[in-house]
Parts: sequence; structure tokens; C-alpha cells
Amino acid sequence: MKPDSRFNTLVKSTKDVNFTLFGEVVTAPKGSTLAAAILSHSGDAFRQTETGALRSAFCMMGVCFECLVEVNGNPNTQSCMILVEDKMVVKRQVGLRQIGICEND
Amino acid sequence: MTNYDIIIIGAGPAGMSAASVAAYAGLDVLLLDEQPDVGGKVYRNVKQNDSKQNWFGSDYSSGMHLVNAINCNRITKYFRATVWRVEKNKRVIWSHNGESKISTASNIVLATGAQERPFPFPGWTLPGVMTVGSAQILMKSSGIFPKEAVLVGSGPLLYLVATQMIDANCPPKALIETQTLRMMMNSLIHLPLALLNMKSLIKGFMFIHKIKSAGVPRYKSVSSLEARLNNKGLIEFLFSHKGIKKSLKTKLLLIHQGVIPSTEISRSVGIDHSWNTSQLSFQPIIDKWGKTNIDGIYIAGDCAGINGSASASLYGKLAAIKILYNTEKINFYVYKMQSLSIRINLFFINSIRLFLDTLYAVPEEVLFPSDDTTVCRCEEITVGQIKLGLNEGIRGVRQLKTSIRSGMGLCQGRMCDAIVRSIMLHNTSQEHTTILAPKTRSPIKPITLGEMSKIKKD
Amino acid sequence: MTDNQPEITIVGGGVVGLSIAVGLLQSGHKVIVLDGKDNDARASFGNFGLVWGQGKGWDFAPYAKLTADAIDAWQNFSDNLNELSGLDVSLDQKGGFEFFTDPEEFKSFIGMLEIQKGHSGNRFSYETLSGDELRKQIPGIGSKVVGATFSQLDGHVNPLRFLRALQRSVQALGGKIRSNTIVKKTESNKNGGFSLTLANGTLISTEKVILCAGLGSMQLANQLAFKTNIRPEKGELLITEKLGSELPFLSSTIRQVDEGGVQIGGTNADVGMNDSETLSDMVDLARHAVDVYPALSNVRVLRAWGALRVMTPDGYPVYAQSEECPGAYLITCHSGVTLASLHASILSDWIDDNIKTPNLEAFDEARFKI
Repeated sequence: MKPDSRFNTLVKSTKDVNFTLFGEVVTAPKGSTLAAAILSHSGDAFRQTETGALRSAFCMMGVCFECLVEVNGNPNTQSCMILVEDKMVVKRQVGLRQIGICEND
Repeated sequence: MTNYDIIIIGAGPAGMSAASVAAYAGLDVLLLDEQPDVGGKVYRNVKQNDSKQNWFGSDYSSGMHLVNAINCNRITKYFRATVWRVEKNKRVIWSHNGESKISTASNIVLATGAQERPFPFPGWTLPGVMTVGSAQILMKSSGIFPKEAVLVGSGPLLYLVATQMIDANCPPKALIETQTLRMMMNSLIHLPLALLNMKSLIKGFMFIHKIKSAGVPRYKSVSSLEARLNNKGLIEFLFSHKGIKKSLKTKLLLIHQGVIPSTEISRSVGIDHSWNTSQLSFQPIIDKWGKTNIDGIYIAGDCAGINGSASASLYGKLAAIKILYNTEKINFYVYKMQSLSIRINLFFINSIRLFLDTLYAVPEEVLFPSDDTTVCRCEEITVGQIKLGLNEGIRGVRQLKTSIRSGMGLCQGRMCDAIVRSIMLHNTSQEHTTILAPKTRSPIKPITLGEMSKIKKD
Repeated sequence: MTDNQPEITIVGGGVVGLSIAVGLLQSGHKVIVLDGKDNDARASFGNFGLVWGQGKGWDFAPYAKLTADAIDAWQNFSDNLNELSGLDVSLDQKGGFEFFTDPEEFKSFIGMLEIQKGHSGNRFSYETLSGDELRKQIPGIGSKVVGATFSQLDGHVNPLRFLRALQRSVQALGGKIRSNTIVKKTESNKNGGFSLTLANGTLISTEKVILCAGLGSMQLANQLAFKTNIRPEKGELLITEKLGSELPFLSSTIRQVDEGGVQIGGTNADVGMNDSETLSDMVDLARHAVDVYPALSNVRVLRAWGALRVMTPDGYPVYAQSEECPGAYLITCHSGVTLASLHASILSDWIDDNIKTPNLEAFDEARFKI
């Protein structure tokens, strides 16, 4: 099941960024939150919980922690609280996160 | 470590008002907000949307004056700045670009606003179910509009967003309302007082009139709500209306049951809270200036109790005025005259509150959902599992949390505390005064170990 | 036994009180547990879940031996709880580390372990590893770690599930737990037994009273002629988001609960009844975690906690019977999890003073020479 976006884009943007979303290269307006960019491209789940339940963005304001995705290798990132950036690589957060990469100083 | 006269947490109407009043009278202000820009929820992206659409109404564009007012070089603004710890000695620890900073001030104003009341029913966690507020944020900040949406629940925001969608030519497929005739009858006693805020009443009627004229089907007094996801990714929404079971398919289900104050910071710093029986939420105990039981910490706006954005702006001003008077930046005459006119204004604006709270009361089905409903979304804990704990004799929210794990996930209880409390009250014979506000502790938003480890403690 | 005339009343429903209740109920006694309020100090809510031996009792031989006995008895205890409550507390006794970033501290601790080994005979042993040996054995240990000690009998349980298992076990055995029940006064009765006055005025008449209310025991202890001075010592903890990957070690300061979250602890501070988390300790704990295992750097802290340990004057347990008021007992310790296996077994014999009664004289409060 790969449902289409549940939203229409009514406002045309002047600047776009390109990023990789769930394996596909897509564009989004510069200044958009990542969650909004995802929602405008896909109606599919953002993540799976520990038990495999499908979840997607819910509150869009940083309260619910449902819009978690992996951004440039960083797991459990709230996509509604960050802006899209060029060359971002976004993957679904599937289940619990792994222990993580070392932060470079 | 940086020092200011005032640190204001939250750049919505309350925060922006407080900041501008304080700065223009000569105080140095640090204004922090975790969102990408000013406005809070009500005035989200008002700058960016200024010229373009009229979809959001004149109230929205009036936010511009506040935004302009905080363009003052005495106000240091940081966005995408997440405050995660506030101390009694008025030290604020906040995260920005992956680095945590420490700032201190002689006064702090908490203006953290509100969040949607959790509105659980079976299936509310499915992709395709979002809050009405989230749709408004998407329309305002990303210019994306629902292709097809059914709106469910109760409250002024439901009608406001419905009209905004109608104006943008994407009317809701249907409005499914949990408001009952009984609630309407109960609210009549508060109507005389509400007439003092005629402007808001008329606005409300006009919204409803617009929705009717647009031909949006409305179902009132519904119950037995349930959402399912079909294999095409569509939401199938089931409900009971006039005793008949109905179902609607839709791409997007937008839900709303009013808003409740965001009190994570105020609870964490040791401010006392009380239970508001008509708003069914905790709110900090403050005096008429917003002063709390902690010296130098004030609270303004909806995070002190829901009254709407116009009120929030005025409360922000009051807190700033009090601080200015305390710091001798304004004299007694200005202090008294300014606050008097604000209070008169507030009286008229707030007169509608009890009427609205009763008119759009939260239905029992939301307060005590069915056993199979997920309550703690993060840890996937159902009402049934909570009741099991209660049957084992658990009587306190802290004990419930430690036994069942509800509230131990990433959202730190934001989505489940309210309903866990109402389930607990309903199923054990306790008065609402015996179950205290759940304690919160820093970090009130998750922070990485790496970031925490790099803080210079001096 | 009626509700207000129990045979044995245990004051305090934390790990100590509940473990003792399990033991007494299994020996056939009728027991009620009076537990305090939700927002009382409640050390058990902040328990780290360690079933730990290394470093214990190096300067007090009876404690080294007691700990060795307790660790030995834990598997049976866990099985017993599982049978009674249906809950598996996830006992894991595969050995634990203490990590050191300071060579002096490392050396000094090894000295203590040698002495502890002397006290325990063959029942306690340990290994030492240099920083490099450790990094070979566990890739990912940070470069700042200069060495570690390892004891193969050390282990842990899921701390909060353990508490729940105790509660359920007590109820399954027919014991009663009354929450929100504060005891204001205790008095011995002329003809034996005790009268307990509750905060709500109710009177409870009981044959034996056992005080295990941690920091809440002080006032009642004085009324029953106990002299031990119990004081709070704050320990702070950090708790992280759940991880799907397994942390490759268990240590007394960094451990992963079976659900996946990592707990980091090990501070102590003398600040009275204040259990607030402090920025200073939070930063120290975060630094410790990142120094020991750098891959933890981008793991998020969900909660910081302060919990008040229940400390006796020398930090070792007190098992005391009142001489003036026979039938009153004071039991307090800060290793309530490790010792729970004994609290649920030999302590019943001690309270019954039967043939199997253990010799716990070394832990009497007389040692404080008050």
C-alpha cells in the first residue's frame, strides 16, 4: 500500500531543495518543515512502532513525537521541528532505534 | 552564560506582547521559541503569509503588528530554540543547533501556550488521522491543503478551520460533532455574561453560517467513534448518529476536542497547579499579574488557562507591566492606568469563556474511552491495561507510570497524562483534589547525552 | 484476622517491606502492608535494579557474607515471584563491570575488592582488565577508560517490574496492601501487641509491627525506642529513550533495562529531603556515559531523576528488634533489591525466632554505640 499524498499544494514556492525521501529523490520548498514536505509527497506511514504499528505525523507542533524519521543517519528525529535541507537523506524509523553513530567533535 | 533582564519563553501572542512592552520601556529581553519563527500557533507564519492569502481571516493578519513590534534591538530572538530546563534561581537551559546554552535573568515569563487536548478513540493513532490544529499549521506554514477531509470533535477551532478550508476552496467532506443538545442547554446559563463579548459570538455564528451555506454535511451528537485504515490507505470513520451506525471514507480525518495549557515547564520548576473543573485541565496558580509562587517567574497566556489569543496578548502585557513597575522603569501612574484599561478589556474578552467551555464540553467517551483504545501512544498502552493496574490497587499517577509505563515514552506524557487522569478518577473513588498534577522534570524535551555532556557548568 | 487487627503489620510498601511480606506470608502469617502516599520520598521508585556484589562489605565482613548469600538466593527468589505474580522480573546474572577513568580510583577499588574477597572466601571473586584489554573484549568502550573490574555473579532485574511483581505476589498470597495510609503513632499495649493510630484516626491493633518505611521510619522508630539515625542521600539518574540494540555490558553506573532504555546513575549528595535533579549532576552523568561508551552520544535523555537513598550511619543494613517493646522491628538498608531474596526468606525465620533463625547480631543498632 503506497497511498498518495493526502494534501494538495496550493501555494507555489520560489525556491526548492532536493532531498531523498524513503529512497526517492523529491523536491520541496525551501523553508518547509520536513514533516510538511513528507506529507505533500506521501500519504504513507512515517514510521513503525516497536510492535510494528504504522504511525504518521499527528500534531505538527512537536508535542506528539509521532513524526519520527531517520535523518542523515540520526534516528528518532521529529520531522515537524526541522526544515528540509538540500541532499538530506530521510528514511522511515522502523521500530526502536539503534545505539547510534558517534558524534564528531 | 548570558544575562538578561527578562527571558521570555514562547513567541506567540503572550510572549511577543510581553517582549515588546518590556523592551520599549528599556529592558533587555531574550525571546526563545522552539518553532522556526514567531507567532506561536495562532499567528504561525503570519510574516510569510502577509501579502498572499485572505484565507485565514483578519484576526490572523492582526498578528503582524505584534511581529513588527518585536523587531527591536533590545530583544534578542532565537528560534528553533528548545528550552529544556528552568531553575528557581531563574537560570534557563536551552538547546539551539545541537548545543545547549545557559542564560539567566532577573525575571522569566513563561508563555508556552497550549496544546490540543488528547482525543482518543479506537484507531486514532492511524496514519491519516491528524489534529485540526496540525491542518491549520500546514495551511499556514506550507501552503498545503487537505485533498479531502472529515472533521471530528468539538470546539471553536473546528469551525474556524472548516471555514478556512472553505475559503481556500477545499471544503471539508463533513463535520462530525460530539456536541450534544445537553451541552447546549447547560451552556445557556452562561450566555448572558457571554453577550459582553458580542464580537466573538457573532464571529462564531458567522463561521457556522458559512459552513451551512457551503453545504458541508453536519452530524451532531455523535458517539461510538472508531477509525480504521483500509488497504488503499483511506480512513474509514465509523460513528453512531441518532442511533444509527454510519461510516464515511476519507483521505484525512482531522480531530479536535479543545486545547489545554502546556504546563511542562511550570510544573518542572515547582510552581503550584490547580485543577480547572470547567476546562478539565491543570493550570498554574498565579495572581492577577501572572506572578507565581516563585520569585521572578511569571506566566502569561493560554499556558495559564485557556482564554484565546486576544487575552493572551493582554496577559503578556500585564506581566511585563508588573515587571517594569518592580524594576522602576515605569511609574505608579502608568502602572495603574495601563493595567486598568487592560483589565477592562480582559473582562469583556474573557466573559465568553465559561459559555464556550460548557458549550463545547468534552464528552464522556473521550474522558473514559473503551478498553481497546490506545491511551499512551508512545508505549502503545491501552485503557484496558491501565484499568488492570488500577485493579491491582494502584491509586497514584506516579505509581501507575512506574508500574505500567504509561507516560514513559518520548512525548513525556503530553499525549496521555490528561486521559490517564480522567480514567483514574472514573475508575477509583477519588476526588479530583487527591490526584495532584503529575510532576515533570528536566529535560522537559529530550536532549542527547552528547549535548548534555558538553555543557560548561560554571 | 479483621482488617484492623492484623497479626503482623508492615509499615512501608517499598521493596524492603514487600519482600518481607512475601516471606512472612509464605511462612503462614497474616500480614498487612501499610503504604504511604504517591508523592512520598519512595526510594523504591528510583531503584536501579542491581543485584550487585562487588565492592560491598570490604570494610564490614558480615555485610560481604550477607551479600554473597543474597546473590546466591536470587534465582530461587525470582522463580518464586514469577510463580506467584505471573511476572518475570528479567533477572540477568551474567556478571557486571565497574569502569574507571581515574587510575588512582581504579587501584584503590581493586584493593577494596581484595579485602572483600578475603571476607567472602570462595563466594566472591573478580577480574581486573586494563583499558586496552577491555576495549578488545568490548569494542566501543571509550579511550578515556583506564581499566575495569568484573565480577561474574553481578546482575540486575527490571526495577519497576520487580516492584510490581512484589505487589502482585503479596496479594496472591492473601496479604493486603493499603495505599495512602500514613501511621501517625505507635504504642505498645500493656498485654502485648501494638496500637497504631493512622492519619485518618483509625486504630489498628497488631501483634507485631515491622518498620520498613525508609526515610519515613524515623518518627515511628523513635516512638518504639529505636535509636538508629536514618538520613537521606540523594542519587541522580538519567534515563534514555529505548534502544533496539543491546548494550554490550552491565555496570553499576550504566545499565540497560530489558525494555531498552539505558539508566545512568551513581552520584551521591547530602542535601536533606531534596530530590530535585541538578544540572551539575546531569552533566556529570552524561559525561560519564559518553566517556565510557561514546556511541551513546546521540542517544536522548528522556528523564532525569533524583531519588533519596535510605542511609544508616555506616551505610550498612540495620536489622533491629526493640528491647523495650518486644515485637517491634526496624529494618532498613539501601540495597533493598540485592537483599530482597533474603528479606523474603531468612528474615521470616529471624522475625519468628525459630530454629532456623539466622544470626544477624552484627546488624543490630547496638553497633552504633549510641
